[in-house]
Amino acid sequence: MRPPESRPKPRHPSALAKIVAALSLTGALTACNSVVLSPSGDVAQQQGDLVVTSTLLMLIIILPVMAATAFFAWHYRASNKEARYDPHWDHSTQLELLIWAAPLLIIICLGAITWVSTHLLDPYRTIGRIDAATAVPADAKPLEVEVVALDWKWLFIYPEQGVATVNELVVPTNRPLQFKITSSSVMNSFFVPAMAGQIYAMPGMETRLHAVINHPGEFIGFSANYSGAGFSHMRFATHAVTDAGFDQWAQGVKAGGQANAGTLDRAAYLQLEKPSEKVPVMRFASVSPDLYNAILNMCVEPGKMCMSDMMAIDARGGLGKEGIRNVQMLAYDRGGRQAAAQATANPTAAMQRELAWVRALCRQNPGSAPDHTIKAPASPRVLSGAGLSEPQSAPIFSHGQEALAAPAQTPAHPTQISRN
Amino acid sequence: MEAVDHSHWSPLLGRLWWDALPQEPIVLATFVVVALGGAALVAGLTYFKLWGYLWKEWFTSVDHKKIGVMYMILGLIMFLRGFADAVMMRIQQSIAFNGNDGYLTAHHYDQVFTAHGVIMIFFVAMPFVTGLMNYVVPLQIGARDVSFPFLNNFSFWMTTAGAVLVMASLFIGEFAQTGWLAYPPLSNLAYSPWVGVDYYIWALQIAGVGTLLSGVNLIATIVKLRAPGMAMMRMPIFTWTALCTNVLIVAAFPVLTAVMAMLSVDRYLGFNFFSNDFGGSPMMYVNLIWIWGHPEVYILILPLFGVFSEVTATFCGKRLFGYSSMVYATLVITILSYLVWLHHFFTMGSGASVNSFFGITTMVISIPTGAKLFNWLFTMYRGRIRFELPMMWTVAFMMTFTIGGMTGVLLAVPPADFVLHNSLFLIAHFHNVIIGGVLFGIFAAINFWWPKAFGFKLNQFWGKVSFWLWVPGFWFAFMPLYILGLMGVTRRMRVFDDPSLQPFFIVAAFGALMIAGGIGAMLVQFAVSIWKREELKDETGDPWNGRTLEWSTSSPPPEYNFAFTPIVHDIDAWDDMKRCGVERPTSGFRPIHMPKSTGAGIILAGISTALGFAMIWYIWWLAAVSFLGIIGYAIFHTFNYKRDYHIPVETVEATEAERTRQLAAVGA
Repeated sequence: MRPPESRPKPRHPSALAKIVAALSLTGALTACNSVVLSPSGDVAQQQGDLVVTSTLLMLIIILPVMAATAFFAWHYRASNKEARYDPHWDHSTQLELLIWAAPLLIIICLGAITWVSTHLLDPYRTIGRIDAATAVPADAKPLEVEVVALDWKWLFIYPEQGVATVNELVVPTNRPLQFKITSSSVMNSFFVPAMAGQIYAMPGMETRLHAVINHPGEFIGFSANYSGAGFSHMRFATHAVTDAGFDQWAQGVKAGGQANAGTLDRAAYLQLEKPSEKVPVMRFASVSPDLYNAILNMCVEPGKMCMSDMMAIDARGGLGKEGIRNVQMLAYDRGGRQAAAQATANPTAAMQRELAWVRALCRQNPGSAPDHTIKAPASPRVLSGAGLSEPQSAPIFSHGQEALAAPAQTPAHPTQISRN
Repeated sequence: MEAVDHSHWSPLLGRLWWDALPQEPIVLATFVVVALGGAALVAGLTYFKLWGYLWKEWFTSVDHKKIGVMYMILGLIMFLRGFADAVMMRIQQSIAFNGNDGYLTAHHYDQVFTAHGVIMIFFVAMPFVTGLMNYVVPLQIGARDVSFPFLNNFSFWMTTAGAVLVMASLFIGEFAQTGWLAYPPLSNLAYSPWVGVDYYIWALQIAGVGTLLSGVNLIATIVKLRAPGMAMMRMPIFTWTALCTNVLIVAAFPVLTAVMAMLSVDRYLGFNFFSNDFGGSPMMYVNLIWIWGHPEVYILILPLFGVFSEVTATFCGKRLFGYSSMVYATLVITILSYLVWLHHFFTMGSGASVNSFFGITTMVISIPTGAKLFNWLFTMYRGRIRFELPMMWTVAFMMTFTIGGMTGVLLAVPPADFVLHNSLFLIAHFHNVIIGGVLFGIFAAINFWWPKAFGFKLNQFWGKVSFWLWVPGFWFAFMPLYILGLMGVTRRMRVFDDPSLQPFFIVAAFGALMIAGGIGAMLVQFAVSIWKREELKDETGDPWNGRTLEWSTSSPPPEYNFAFTPIVHDIDAWDDMKRCGVERPTSGFRPIHMPKSTGAGIILAGISTALGFAMIWYIWWLAAVSFLGIIGYAIFHTFNYKRDYHIPVETVEATEAERTRQLAAVGA
């Protein structure tokens, strides 16, 4: 995309010049400026290539049809007495076969491409290659980034580095990236066009995205799903830097360098999540380790029951009449969020006991969720389908299978499933 | 962001308070203009003593032709409103660069794009399509009216009631700021606390009653009231597509009603279907609303496929190529339209197998759609094409819709959708099919059937001006959006920080300006045609050398449509009758049994509007009173036994004798 720093100062050409420029851009030049067709990350590149492949495939049939439409419209015009007029010709079995079969063949090809590419480019699947020529090394560990869409800014938590940022995403080039994505209030969509396709960010749920950026630079990221008044400004810069540059940056944040905002603990988060617009870059030198899970389970605020706990209770058949005691601990949108309710902001001793009791009942860490990541095939020969042994999406009936596979300590229920 | 406190509530007026009146200068100015215009209209109608005429001849009429025309007028009025919203968006997006915030606040802009979508789909496309079906279907099948004429009047007024609520939201309170499908949690009370989403819910619920009932009505009409001899496989293609569309309506709209009801209990009664609390699932709303939403786009396009079929056959002077294949293609689309809805949210995290399944079913729809296109193409082949306006719109449709279809199939490839979802590419795609398909089809239909409805053709010059502004205007408006989508620009943005995008938005605004010219030319076309109606008069009733039964009667048709129910022997019944030289009967008339006008439809819809308004503003006493009023008046109406009458044989004889003279005069 457009690296803003390397861009010359915006000029202000006249409106006419702008129109002429845009018209001339309409054609071939488009490709140069199109982040979708020529991105900087391998996943987006494959997705962009697919756009081109599919279009070409369809043009095989679209172009002749359009040409025939134009030709027939002109040739059989009423004033052309030369043209043959056959008012009763309304059926031809051969033609009927052709007009059903030709699109069918195209769709069979496109369908095959769709099946294979959808599986290979599934955002939940770890990437199988760094770029067209390089497979992911066997020992490569993806960089994990936890992404939270807030009203109206983005929070990025780096669990490995123990730092967090707002409206700034810094990642090393050519290293597999794993994003865990959620939202604090409403639906958003996490999208860095130069890197990879988007995936929704939804409250109380986690989505995944696996990607890689191949070229260093600065790229635009934003929310691609309207989320309220501040939506237009919900943008962040994505910096792709070298491995060394990334380590240096992370050290700098840890040491409390520029734009340092201190520690991101629950109290700081509750301040941060309040709706705000055009928030400048913030860097947190340290992060509470359980914060992301608490955000995901909507229990950052003291006195809230985590969704995972609630689901554990529900999975055991609920609490019957006992369960109605704790509704306040479960309200998130109403009362709880905009103006913290007294009861939950300053939980009483009775409520503390209640929460402790819930935790004891669930006997699990808040937010422990099954991992829906799908392992990528080893072969980098994408689209040919090589290495794609069988469809490997998350099982639809994960409930039973998770229960079978899970050790006794983990909950026997799926939490935060945004997978169906 | 504004933190306006709207917590005021009083028993008498509910949430309605002075702060509900227009605050933003643009809305205030619009309000003043509309109020003055409305006052002038009311004064004019009063001065010329037209209220009685309107009430007796139109508002309470159960004649499917008049109701059809009223639907078209409703669609046209709402189209001007929806287009005004579009122009506001194009202007905002073409100036909001380089730190310029544009001229619309987020609160206003977010309402504008929501209202644009809601109005264009529910109150423009739907009334247009329903109006066409209402007008044409009974005539095409040789019927005297629809199966349930009162229900038809009621349906129209319920649709209008929904439109009235949407229009009211412009000046009283606010409209939703959620996007046209109002995804929760954003549309839930916690994030949309004031009246916007409530306007949305009640407008759609009330209009939805009308749409559903009109669907039931037209299905019954097509199934039960066809002229003798018109077997299913002899039905005109437009009637076929109308049947499929109404089946879709009856199957899909209850889902919308249910999902809106669930959203209302979330908002009104503290339920948690779609909230973040208590395990509510916003994803379920998205799922449910698209189960309605995808069939909805076929509800809109199918009847226009029918229009293009009629127009192509008529103006090529040739039977439609592949009638049966056209029928089966329509049926296949009808069924498949229920198997694709998930393609609207590939990016919500479904598994790859689920995504590819829905991607492939979506692509499969392009096969019957492609077959239809080929059928029109081969109807033109060896035809003798008269390029009257309806045919011009049809050729423009074929060229435009093909591209829209192609980009649609492209978006059905999930990995491609991941980079194009919610982008301006998507916006360009669906405008490409809705404008290029639905709207061009409606223009073809208006130019085609206008002479039938009013007895004179539309002016060709202004029609051509409109055409040549609309078609290139469309490409100027939406080609830049395709490109911007490929540049990674997302929809519903109010301001931009990348100045290199601005030229594209300026071109798009220029396209919108051309379209505005096209709309203006069309209004001039209507005005000039009405002005010069004597010159454009058609007394044959069959100005285009038509092929189906509606062209066999006079223009405009008599109240009873056909003095004798025609007998059908072939597809294109009227063409068949003309070739066989069937004589028009001139004697032996009998009194005709007809349904009687009633004010119950407009009264019930009026009380429903009050109910909706009361619910929106939490005016509980009014809600209770109007709810009881609806039940009470509906019961009262069941005691109205004066529901039908007979047109005396003398009247029929006189009308038909006049028709005989008319035909003799034009030498037909």
